[in-house]
Amino acid sequence: MPLHTRTLLEAKAMLAQGETTPTALTAACLARIAATEPVLNACITVLEETAMQRAAQLEAQGNPNNLPLWGIPVTVKDLLCTKDAPTTCASAMLAGFMAPYDAFVVERLREAGAVIVAKTNLDEFAMGSGTESSAHGPTCNPWDAQRVPGGSSGGSAAGLAAGQAFGSLGSDTGGSIRQPAALCGCVGFKPTYGYVSRYGAVAYASSFDQIGPMARTVADCATLFGVIAGYDGRDATSAQLPAPDVAPALATKSLQGKTFGVVKELWEGGLSDEVAAACQSAVEAAKAQGAKVVEISLPHLQYAVATYYVLASAEASTNLARFDGVRYGLRAQGEHDLVGMYTASRSQGFGEEVKRRILLGTHVLSSGYYDAYFQKAAKVRRLLLQDFQAALGQCDALIAPVSPVTAWKKGEHVNDPLTLYKMDMLTLGLNLAGLPGVSLPAGLGAASGLPVGVQLMGRAFDDIALLGMANALEMALPRLGVPTGIPA
Amino acid sequence: MPAYEAVIGLEVHAQLLTSSKLFCSCPVRFGDEPNENICEVCAGMPGALPRLNKKAVELAAKAGLALQCTVNPMSLFSRKNYFYPDLPAGFQTSQLTPPICEHGHLDVTVQDATRRIGITRIHLEDDAGKCVHGQGATLIDLNRAGTGLIEIVSEPDIRSAEEAAAYMRAIHAILVCIGATDGNMEEGSLRCDANVSIRPKGSTTLGTRTEIKNLNSFRNIQRAVEFEIRRQEGCLEDGESIVQETRLFDAVKQVTVSMRSKEDAHDYRYFPNPDLPPVLVLAEELQAWEAELPELPEARKLRFIQRLGLNEEEAAALTAERATADFFEQALALCSNAKRVAQLMAAEFLRECAQQNIAPAQAAFGAAHVAELATLIDEGIISARIAHDIFPELFASGAMPRAFVTEKGLVQVSDSSELEGVVAEVLAENPAEVEGYRGGKTKLLSFFVGQVMRKTKGKANPALVNSLLEESLGKH
Ligand SMILES: [Zn+2]
Repeated sequence: MPLHTRTLLEAKAMLAQGETTPTALTAACLARIAATEPVLNACITVLEETAMQRAAQLEAQGNPNNLPLWGIPVTVKDLLCTKDAPTTCASAMLAGFMAPYDAFVVERLREAGAVIVAKTNLDEFAMGSGTESSAHGPTCNPWDAQRVPGGSSGGSAAGLAAGQAFGSLGSDTGGSIRQPAALCGCVGFKPTYGYVSRYGAVAYASSFDQIGPMARTVADCATLFGVIAGYDGRDATSAQLPAPDVAPALATKSLQGKTFGVVKELWEGGLSDEVAAACQSAVEAAKAQGAKVVEISLPHLQYAVATYYVLASAEASTNLARFDGVRYGLRAQGEHDLVGMYTASRSQGFGEEVKRRILLGTHVLSSGYYDAYFQKAAKVRRLLLQDFQAALGQCDALIAPVSPVTAWKKGEHVNDPLTLYKMDMLTLGLNLAGLPGVSLPAGLGAASGLPVGVQLMGRAFDDIALLGMANALEMALPRLGVPTGIPA
Repeated sequence: MPAYEAVIGLEVHAQLLTSSKLFCSCPVRFGDEPNENICEVCAGMPGALPRLNKKAVELAAKAGLALQCTVNPMSLFSRKNYFYPDLPAGFQTSQLTPPICEHGHLDVTVQDATRRIGITRIHLEDDAGKCVHGQGATLIDLNRAGTGLIEIVSEPDIRSAEEAAAYMRAIHAILVCIGATDGNMEEGSLRCDANVSIRPKGSTTLGTRTEIKNLNSFRNIQRAVEFEIRRQEGCLEDGESIVQETRLFDAVKQVTVSMRSKEDAHDYRYFPNPDLPPVLVLAEELQAWEAELPELPEARKLRFIQRLGLNEEEAAALTAERATADFFEQALALCSNAKRVAQLMAAEFLRECAQQNIAPAQAAFGAAHVAELATLIDEGIISARIAHDIFPELFASGAMPRAFVTEKGLVQVSDSSELEGVVAEVLAENPAEVEGYRGGKTKLLSFFVGQVMRKTKGKANPALVNSLLEESLGKH
């Protein structure tokens, strides 16, 4: 069994037993990256040299302090700031940009002994669901290279499915961890808003953005979560909680006594037959594990898409104001006055989707429109949170599909942003409510043979319980096997 | 010509006296190399997040308490969006609704008339950096970016340029007194924008207003507002209408000039800053801060007048700055004649401080020195005249007054037997004046006092000289 197909916990056990070494694991991942990148384009920057140096250093030191990720190769989405590699957000605006500091989660990974092997591709500034709007070019789905990997953390998801690393950190603003995990057949976890520090994650929509782990199993995700979660004084929205003990999540093997709510609104309309069938079989699997299943309604969910695009775009429009060509990043040449320089730099630096959201966000915050759009959306957001709270008062978790369809063909929706926005309906309600959610493979679609994901959604800061339920459900779900669209 | 009334409101910006910036731990320090005191937060680097400096909240709340405001238990930070090279994040973090303090007031006295000026609100915000324009290029220094400010917005209750300057003086005194700002107007720690309009006297509607930006001295406030009122009156007299616009004061030409009109006004697209949770001020915190507030300048002045018997002028001079009032009270602990200490301080000490440009607390001549000098006068050891003559030397050297006057032989002659001889000598030398006095020209007494003082080189005890002279001149 090749090293790169192991899970993170398997690799960790092998390291502990001396069956492999940090350099061997790192070399295996780098080799895998080299073999698959010509097809996938999942990585923006591959850190061959620094990764091998780091692995050798860790190997020399040994692991006397039982670092939880000692010698484990991982990737991080290229919107997490790193001192030793460019942070581009897949934008021409930040081509080659070197951040002067490490993101909090990157610091945590380093302290835990992880080896960062690559920074992964994404939709520009995390705005998108297909990793097609990247200035670095689109990433392909390892199950079918003609198709998208989902997004915006598409590089992380595709890379994990292809064995480029044992874990990755992505960010989920409206589904950007869960949806690509579903489309690539891996596991993605969006923690409760505030459980993981956002310090050093380039902001798209601050009140939605949440850093989270992605991996090939729930247990691997939980292990990464244990490393990156907990209070950070540099993020004022960070919850004052210690790093959680993930052991209870790994130990949960049954759903006996748990109640799962099937969210009516997330199952009706728009689901392809194969997605509906695979997710229905996941519900049956939950029952088989002992869960009681009830139907539940989130009445305000019908407004989620509109609410999300108003609020997230509003925040994005000002978060991205700092990219003005003055201090760093792209500055248009040949302009002789300030406004001309601003206009040209931002016109050249940002892609179409980013511009679309900046314009939308600027509009909804404008004098005369604020009350009708921003203010009203903020109200709906509170109502939706109440819906979720009521539902989770009756249920331990909610269960739903992650994407209405399996991975679509590249370019299929490029000129149809509304269709893409509507597909986010299944994931972004959770971001509006700030709650935790985990996406895991439900099986392969009967028609397409492509991965289908199912998600569990839980109570605020009850992330460990949610991961435990996902762990138990995963045991009852089929294994997907090896992706078919890339070199073995 | 109709009589006009001015309607003025001030927006005062005060730089908070915190050691670090409002949203990061960079030092608040000026005069360093450009961009030395910056980090990823105040330089607006991608991914950086703000965290609120709690000390700034305390200072803003204390300013609110001192200005009789309600301090809101919950206030919000908003983003004020606009592009400018010295604004690294592309927005200023400020407060819209609710601000940290609201609904206060300040009583301002001009020419014995006291009027109450409403304070609409006080809010917290961060400062921008600075553009340095050079040959063919503009450079940016972000050392100041992210420094904490409070903005104090008054109601349009001010009615004259003089009152505007008096309001600013009172705000300055209070903010410095409570330690909210260093009050250094030359360095821009305290500056204001003035909104000015005029209307026919008796009218209750507001005229079109102009805003004069960035006034950084009491004098400029008064001059700028004075000019602007006259300019607006001139416009109306000439049948022109007043344009709502932003103007700048040219301190050299003493005029205000148009900067931009309302049409160019920004839409700042304010909205709650999602990176900063609501600012909470707990009741216990507020109580503790209130208890820490020092006596405010106005209250202290009243106390000096009512309890210590000082006159308005003395009390005003001693309470204009907290350090001076503290100095005075330290001296008072060592010499209980408040009037004497106050006179010495107002007439000698503060004058000397001003001349030498030395802060009272920094003078070599301290509170103990002032107290000892006052005691020497009280005890009749030296006269007030001698004290005045020797003051510059004492001030410069920091010598203790008692030792100084002894050493210099300046101790007053209070021995009547010694003075009787001098008095007899003076009378013998001036028979004509003696004759005149005895003939009814009693004003000549001061002539004899002067002669005695001359002979004793000013060391004679004046009261004793007076009584000895009267006694001798009364004898026939
Ligand atoms: Zn800083």
